Amino acid sequence: MTRVGVVTFPGSLDDRDARRAITLAGHTAVALWHKDHDLQSVDAVVLPGGFSYGDYLRCGAIAAKSPIVGDIVEAIGKGLPVLGICNGFQILMEAGVLPGGLIRNDHGQFICRDQELIVENTATRWTAGFDQGQRITIPLKNGEGGYIADDETLARVENEGLVAFRYAKVNPNGSLHDIAGLTNPTGTIVGLMPHPEHAVEPGFGPDTDLAMRSGEDGLTFFTSLALEAVLR
Amino acid sequence: MAVIIIEVMPKKELLDPAGKAVHHALQRDGIDSFTDVRIGKRFELAVDGDVTDAHLEHAKNLADELLSNGVIEDVIDIRKGDVS
Repeated sequence: MTRVGVVTFPGSLDDRDARRAITLAGHTAVALWHKDHDLQSVDAVVLPGGFSYGDYLRCGAIAAKSPIVGDIVEAIGKGLPVLGICNGFQILMEAGVLPGGLIRNDHGQFICRDQELIVENTATRWTAGFDQGQRITIPLKNGEGGYIADDETLARVENEGLVAFRYAKVNPNGSLHDIAGLTNPTGTIVGLMPHPEHAVEPGFGPDTDLAMRSGEDGLTFFTSLALEAVLR
Repeated sequence: MAVIIIEVMPKKELLDPAGKAVHHALQRDGIDSFTDVRIGKRFELAVDGDVTDAHLEHAKNLADELLSNGVIEDVIDIRKGDVS
């Protein structure tokens, strides 16, 4: 069985939701602690949403320097799959794992909505269960989700197919090229601002055409991990 | 007590929504003599005794590696100073 670790930082909010999503996907969820130098032999890691260290300095900046993230970055070099959600995405950028930066939403407001996304890259450990170009809807909730990068970085991200998700219909925060999530060249890492772990079971997800709160598009992020493991 | 003062600003070419919000508030208040507002950060790193060149060098590295993110911010100034 796949063991998936979820790191809890001071200020993490969605660590328990992430662990629940992992369990619903049929994996074993393992709680990891920011101060530890112990990845507990997990097969993959989720960096959850929230406001680690109160967003002090910059979102994700202090978490990126924490003991366990140092170990995770080292393990990423050896192929450890990592999913960074919202604050986790910010942490991956501050750690230099994914290119570019995230700044305050261009309209200056915190936003919370069910967000439609286009799946741009299915050749990753976290998106293999989607179809290329598939439209999915998962919650988005953040104040600093505006993706920015210089022209050179943006061109590289596009040319190398590193865009994992784009915002559809509405660009909720001024992100360049409507970028909602990125992957790395080997597809082991995915970082995105919206929250797949909040759309994993009927009754608690976004509304769909069929029924209120029945959306569970987020579950595929977590089941993709097993799919890829089987394929390999 | 001696300190090293480090100032960091969001990059000029990037939108600074916090600064923009303050500017809008000024305009709403009828204050139209200021054409723009941008908000940055000031760090004060305290040392025992006097600030040495080694302290400054160390602070410069820290400013680039941790206190600012070169993708979205610029380090504007690093200088010796007193506690404000």
